[in-house]
Amino acid sequence: MLDKRVYLDNAAATRLDEQVLEAMKPYFFDTYAVSTSEFAYTQGIEAREALDEARGKLAGFLHADPEELIFTSGSTESSNIALKGVALALGEKKGKHIIVSKIEDFPVLHSARALEKQGFQITYLDVDGEGFINIDRLRDSISDETILVSIQHANQEIGTIQDITSIGHICREKGVLFHTDATHTFTRVPLDVKKIPVDLITISAHTIHGPKGIGGLYIRKGTEIAKWMDGGFQEFDLRGGLENMPGAVGFAKAAELVTPAENKRLQAIRDRAIDRILAEIPDTTLNGHRRERLPQNVNISFHFVEGESITLHLDMHGFAVSTGSACFSRSLQGSHVIYGIGGDHERAHGSIRITLGRYNTMEEVDAVVQTLAEVVRELRSISPLGKEDNNKWEDTR
Amino acid sequence: MKFPYSETVLEHFRHPRNVGKIEDADGKAIEGSPACGDMVSVYIKVEPKTNTISDIKFESYGCASNIATGSIITELAKGKTLDEAKKITWREASDALGGLPKIKAHCSVLAIEGLRSAIQNYEERHGLVKEKTATAVETVRKRLKKVMNPITGLDLVRTNLVKDIELQDGNVRVVVDLPSNHQFAPAIREEIEEKIEPLWDVKEVVVEFTE
Repeated sequence: MLDKRVYLDNAAATRLDEQVLEAMKPYFFDTYAVSTSEFAYTQGIEAREALDEARGKLAGFLHADPEELIFTSGSTESSNIALKGVALALGEKKGKHIIVSKIEDFPVLHSARALEKQGFQITYLDVDGEGFINIDRLRDSISDETILVSIQHANQEIGTIQDITSIGHICREKGVLFHTDATHTFTRVPLDVKKIPVDLITISAHTIHGPKGIGGLYIRKGTEIAKWMDGGFQEFDLRGGLENMPGAVGFAKAAELVTPAENKRLQAIRDRAIDRILAEIPDTTLNGHRRERLPQNVNISFHFVEGESITLHLDMHGFAVSTGSACFSRSLQGSHVIYGIGGDHERAHGSIRITLGRYNTMEEVDAVVQTLAEVVRELRSISPLGKEDNNKWEDTR
Repeated sequence: MKFPYSETVLEHFRHPRNVGKIEDADGKAIEGSPACGDMVSVYIKVEPKTNTISDIKFESYGCASNIATGSIITELAKGKTLDEAKKITWREASDALGGLPKIKAHCSVLAIEGLRSAIQNYEERHGLVKEKTATAVETVRKRLKKVMNPITGLDLVRTNLVKDIELQDGNVRVVVDLPSNHQFAPAIREEIEEKIEPLWDVKEVVVEFTE
């Protein structure tokens, strides 16, 4: 057992980097004024300059222009603005059809469902066994009524990275707007809006050791989108509300601190975890694609055992991980992502997600693999599944 | 550690008692399925002269409350007569565990049902089979008392969530007083279907929500 707690749920939230906090501090104590026009007072102008600088840096990571990025309260709000803002702008004018994938994260999925209740028609695209949408089916689903396609860059649970270049080209060709939720890829997987025809991108600081409560939405110049959060004229009159100055500065700093070397290191830890678990623990299935995968994501189903039992045992050993089991969720429903890739209840219930961050080490991952092996062995010994008369899994493989 | 589980629950979860199979069991039952998320099997040995449970073992595919409840009911039932063991309630098991979170009631009630079914299995195998009676609205209602309302930890009937039950030619329609987009609506629907469908003369179960 390790002498400290090991946090392996970095897709949910991350530890703040000290350098981010240092960058944010002046905007709590010195430059705490509202960002004003350049004709106001000194503190306000300083705030405006800092906001512009943060915006410029973040837009730069996407190869976008600064005025194409608005700050929001996080990825949930960004995706809400993308879907509902486009619906509001084009619903009456062009059509009421929106396409999303079945395995989108809740901000996109539930925004789509909310629009469905208001009379929009939503196509929920199936994904294959590894989580990829079918490009031809997407093309066939687009009609004259279609106003928006929203397909995530990478999946929050199984880490599968979609071919957003192809998706973007199809949308462009058909004259349909394309939004991608890049909450888990921003700075981890390259995304260049000069090369990829994407119109809207959701990003967030909470996944990259930045503060919670700050995110962004890239909106390509000329994109028709209605203001949804009414208030003042902030954020190019697209989102009312006092700017979160410390958040914006912290977000930009957090993005700067992610390096290609760090992503490479996380990927090496990821690969080691996947290779060891699949080799050392029998009856395991990798969820998602082996290579087209977030560098920080591991998701594996342990058959014949239930995920909440695994996470509870792991927690008692000091490890924090997540599961797609119904018992773990607030809705008592198993992971819609595992069902989406064709997994049954058992595969969802036994799925464990390990997501890596800056502060994780190879030693920690070796330790969690060893503990997992013990915990799974123990739980299997008390499980009625996977034994001689109940070998469902043996038959299907 | 900060969990809504009592020390006793965690203790039984870590070190479950009476785990395993009894190869020459006198009565056995499997409740639940991998589909519903939890599964418990219960095996009993019965001392025929006194009709007492002389040995009992369980296996669990489930979450912590499922494992802990399986463990505690083996302790509660051992040495009891079949009639006494049949009357062990979820509340008694929960009390013996120092309380279970309400939202976990549906995972833990399975173990109680497993025990009752294992006893029933013993009784059926020993010439105590009751005649098959046709399903009535009351039969359905009785079964719905085993479906937990995750909001309160009490069953659907007791919490007045069952608005209507209709029965016609083996088709059962249950109306639940919740909006269909309620957080727990899909879970409740699944659980109702799972409880009513096994009734021998039921062909189809339709669960509807009020909004």
